[in-house]
Amino acid sequence: MEGKGIITVVGKDKVGIIYSVTRVLAENNVNVEDISQTILQDYFTMMMMVNLSSVSCEFNKLQEILEDLGKELGLSIRIQREEIFNYMHEI
Amino acid sequence: MKRQKNVLETIHMIDKEKLDIRTITMGISLMDCIDGDGEKARQKIYDKITRYAENLVKVGNQIETEYGIPIINKRISVTPISLIAGASSDTDYVAYARILDKAAREVGVNFIGGFSALVQKGFAKGDRILIDSIPQALSETERVCSSVNLASSKAGINLDAVAQMGKIIKETAVLTKDNDSIGCAKLVVFANAVDDNPFMAGAFHGVGEPEAVINVGVSGPGTVKRALEKVKGQPIQEVSENIKKTAFKITRAGQLVGNEVSRRLDVPFGILDLSLAPTPEVGDSVARIFEEIGLGAAGAHGTTAALALLNDAVKKGGIMASSSVGGLSGAFIPVSEDEGMISAVQNGALTFDKLEAMTSVCSVGLDMIAIPGDTPDTTISGMIADEAAIGVINNKTTAVRVIPVQGKDVGDTAEFGGLLGYAPILPVSKFSSADFINRGGRIPAPIHSFKN
Repeated sequence: MEGKGIITVVGKDKVGIIYSVTRVLAENNVNVEDISQTILQDYFTMMMMVNLSSVSCEFNKLQEILEDLGKELGLSIRIQREEIFNYMHEI
Repeated sequence: MKRQKNVLETIHMIDKEKLDIRTITMGISLMDCIDGDGEKARQKIYDKITRYAENLVKVGNQIETEYGIPIINKRISVTPISLIAGASSDTDYVAYARILDKAAREVGVNFIGGFSALVQKGFAKGDRILIDSIPQALSETERVCSSVNLASSKAGINLDAVAQMGKIIKETAVLTKDNDSIGCAKLVVFANAVDDNPFMAGAFHGVGEPEAVINVGVSGPGTVKRALEKVKGQPIQEVSENIKKTAFKITRAGQLVGNEVSRRLDVPFGILDLSLAPTPEVGDSVARIFEEIGLGAAGAHGTTAALALLNDAVKKGGIMASSSVGGLSGAFIPVSEDEGMISAVQNGALTFDKLEAMTSVCSVGLDMIAIPGDTPDTTISGMIADEAAIGVINNKTTAVRVIPVQGKDVGDTAEFGGLLGYAPILPVSKFSSADFINRGGRIPAPIHSFKN
């Protein structure tokens, strides 16, 4: 699969969020290109830009794995292709 | 930081403000399915639709997953069946509706539009048979949508067709009376119908359109309302500015989805219809935008002005965002499909007459309005004539989709279910339109139509 994805993690801050997410990404051969995080009104918000060019599973499988991880950690984790954000906010 | 803000804004628009792609509609030409033998024609129609649209739903679902934006409906529009079936010796076209229904079911789309006739200047043989077949066709099928264009700024208003469609709507209501006359929710009468509309019930694949095409309809009244919450009390031009910006973003999302669907199905991208299409869900209402702009309810004096501003600003924002804007593009004001409109009818703020005034500045017309079941057909024809006149004189599309709910009267509520919603029955004029409608003939095209 070509292109880049944006992973957003939103929820209550706790130990090990970045570790858990990046572990899943490494297992599926997804390279992280950029990470930023912030605390917005007590909510932990992390955003990752990832490269999907050598991902070892189908996009929807990766999405499922991340969603399951989110449930486990009590967070919302989602992955979307990058273009939607570029298209909507840039001319 | 800016990027983060943008990402979060998009996610918020989708999650909390119900931004979605309302429909991806594949238009398919059936011109090469014409056959003197109706049986053969129908086989060709079925084969062609199922071949072209085989992967429509699958690709739609894929894109929904990858971009994280819901695509609510996947649909099909076809060449008006009156043109296709007219070549056959059939004297009834219900079998064509059945085959469309079967093909729609096979490929998994929820509606297929194009059981249609274009009669703005008069009836051809196929048109007459098709129109006569509408009530039966809509009562026997589940997913077929029907439309009739009976007026245009160039041709005037076909009053014979206006008279007939009043009767056809009544017949359809009677045949589907067990389900609150739901057949009428799948039937729309147009003036100045467009060839590339992706929205039902009025979608058909116009004769000037290519072999197949992907048209996309976006939505997002909730997003517009939320954007306006930030400019409370500010001068009205700020409202317009804000709607434009929001419409831009929504349209860009639609453009991206349209391009992707088109690329993956190898079918050209046609148009993006940037209509604000509401649903009966809370937070997805056009009527609530009026309230945000400062009106007590949809229907208060000032609503027409607010709608005119909304419709115009949506177009301006959208035009900048996509180079292929088409279809109806504006604000839809269906009653049963909009939670805020339903509530405005319930509390007496919104009347039939106010709705008619609003249609002179919205993008379509009298839409999804439940009226008493005993409304005479000539009164319904009178509504159609009024609406057609608004469209013809103002060079815009107008439509009528009213439901004379059998067995129900003012004070009752009609339940259509799903996206079609529910609606309190609205009172209509008790005075007769019969002698006017029964004159028949054609209202000539207006003077400003002679532009050549």
